[in-house]
Amino acid sequence: MQNLWLIPALPFIGFLINGIFGRKLPKSMINLVAVLSVVLSFGWVVKVFMTAGDLAAMPVTEHYFTWIKSGEFQVGWDFTVDKLTMIMLFIVTGIGSLIHIYATGYMAHEEGYYRFFAYLNLFMFFMLDLVLAANYLILFVGWEGVGLCSYLLIGFYFVKKSATTAGNKAFIVNRIGDFGFSLAMFLIVVNFGTLSFSQVFSAAPGKPTETLTAIALLLLVGACGKSAQIPLYVWLPDAMEGPTPVSALIHAATMVTAGVYMCARSAVIFTHAPAAMETVAIIGLATAVFAATIGLAQNDIKKVFAYSTVSQLGYMFLGVGVGAFSAGIWHLMTHAFFKALLFLGAGSVIHACHGEQDMRHMGGLKKYAPWTCLTLACASLAISGFPFTSGYFSKDAILSAAYGHAPWMYWVGVITAGMTAFYVWRAFWMTFWGDYKGHGHPHESPPSMLAPLIVLAVLSLVGGFAFNVPHILEGMFPIAEGAENMMLTYISVVFGLAGIALSYYMYVVNKELPEQIASSLGGLYKLVYNKYFVDEIYDATVVNPMITGSRTVLWHGMDQGVIDGIVNGVGTESKAIGGVLKLLQSGNIRSYATWVVIGSVALLLVMGVVEGVGR
Amino acid sequence: MPDALQVLNNGVPISWYLMLSAVLFALGVAGFLFRRNIITVFMCIELMLNAVNLSFVAFANMHKQVSGQIFVFFVMVVAAAEAAVGLAIILTVFKNRETLNIDEISTLKN
Repeated sequence: MQNLWLIPALPFIGFLINGIFGRKLPKSMINLVAVLSVVLSFGWVVKVFMTAGDLAAMPVTEHYFTWIKSGEFQVGWDFTVDKLTMIMLFIVTGIGSLIHIYATGYMAHEEGYYRFFAYLNLFMFFMLDLVLAANYLILFVGWEGVGLCSYLLIGFYFVKKSATTAGNKAFIVNRIGDFGFSLAMFLIVVNFGTLSFSQVFSAAPGKPTETLTAIALLLLVGACGKSAQIPLYVWLPDAMEGPTPVSALIHAATMVTAGVYMCARSAVIFTHAPAAMETVAIIGLATAVFAATIGLAQNDIKKVFAYSTVSQLGYMFLGVGVGAFSAGIWHLMTHAFFKALLFLGAGSVIHACHGEQDMRHMGGLKKYAPWTCLTLACASLAISGFPFTSGYFSKDAILSAAYGHAPWMYWVGVITAGMTAFYVWRAFWMTFWGDYKGHGHPHESPPSMLAPLIVLAVLSLVGGFAFNVPHILEGMFPIAEGAENMMLTYISVVFGLAGIALSYYMYVVNKELPEQIASSLGGLYKLVYNKYFVDEIYDATVVNPMITGSRTVLWHGMDQGVIDGIVNGVGTESKAIGGVLKLLQSGNIRSYATWVVIGSVALLLVMGVVEGVGR
Repeated sequence: MPDALQVLNNGVPISWYLMLSAVLFALGVAGFLFRRNIITVFMCIELMLNAVNLSFVAFANMHKQVSGQIFVFFVMVVAAAEAAVGLAIILTVFKNRETLNIDEISTLKN
């Protein structure tokens, strides 16, 4: 026994302690509980890794108890660890630990300190449950749980109206995805009679393609919701209302990658459903390019990184869709490094500027916050695919696989990579170069915030070749026909460098240029600046009709008309009948007696007429 | 009157009892409906009960079965209990309202 249950249980204990007693505990104690529970969990992952032996040949599976039992159908509370899970466990607990440490510094002056850490620990519990699950239902428990924690943490500043609406939006949009996921599970139960990964995947190759395609597409709907892909990506940019460590942990590094993980986990189903794979690739590519263009024109530093997250998630889906599952997971990992770093760095910048998030009111911060500047530069290099940084390896793996699948996908991906480099470096120059344009005196962040930044910066730089995921995962997934052509790599690097250079030219050398371009583009710029009015379109086509329909049909029509009508109608009818019957109740005893006599005489008469008086 | 004597010798026929019982019952009903004094009304109820008792006994005699007579005992017990409770109620009503007119006691209404 590896006691895998300890991995999620430790953060859960942290959640219980901080959630129940946190109000009365001193901050140092809350810190200790929150950070220690996750670090211990990380330690246990390391222990499992050291002692589990060859995970490729022998995945560790542990059965704790049978949860649901109905005839032949059984769902157990089972955890399993194979190499894919191991990678995810390291990412979740490792980055989780760093972000918990960071948050102790970032949240130091916030109200509801204990609440924040209780939620964060609860999130770790559910995320680890999701990753460790050995069947779809346990995965779904974690899947819903992280959604709940995401909702709670986006709405952490619940006195702010925008935060609560953003939380609601995230939760409701995710419901659509989860509905798809549920349908996929029902289909799996109907067709396979089990939800266990090992049984489903061993039986999947024998099933008809149509069935597998339907299952895969419904799983994709779930993944689109959780991982913010078109058309369900709208919640993620709004989710930036939450505290920045939350954006880093949940909305960049871990939870939003759950969809990619789930698709990779279901690789057997997807590879036997080519149409679904194609859909995954196209949705991923479309999301990547679409979100990247929106990122070009945003001014809120967290919004830029949020759209960048959506775009990078699109890359991962592209990787999965073209059959390069391990490349997708590789990018998932490197993205977790550099995007967590970007968000934590952004948090540090916001901290330095006293809560300012608009990049137009920043600038010149490299003088005041040199460490933040340096670490953010590492992250920006990595996301731009600068040679030998982590992003270079994983993005390259995805792009060459895309070229092997269809060259046009490669070209769209490369252009997106150029845009990515441009908007990330645009944010970098606007924040750190030039003169400070904000209020107050910017200051460097405390060591508890800087230490995680530095660790993540190192990982962003070396994480690519230090952890060669496709090599680790060799044999787990079918090999994608990648195009081994160094030319492809050079082209994508050139596009990345061009993006950096262009942003330097536009935001450092010739600062008038962006506005000239914006005004010369006119309507097009407005379109991108307003995020293609997607939220407005959704409001007009889905949200408002839903609200109006609910109000007129469901509320005024159904609830007030039919249901209240029935209930009130029963009341008024009873009253009317009673009004007639009450005339009998004169209170006069002799009249009652008269009625009794009349009644018995009538009864006697009836008996006499109908069948004669009984003998 | 040889006929009458003959009749008496063979026992009083059942119909005579039943007719007496019916007359008594009708008198009880009439009194119950038309008298206003509560005590009288109460006595009329007793009259009706006893009219029924009479027919029970008559039938018991005719069928030579004892169950009718036993039933009469039950009716008498109930009537005695009812009389006790009823008279107590009448006493209380009289104390509170100083009237025995049944039409003035209509608190059952509403």
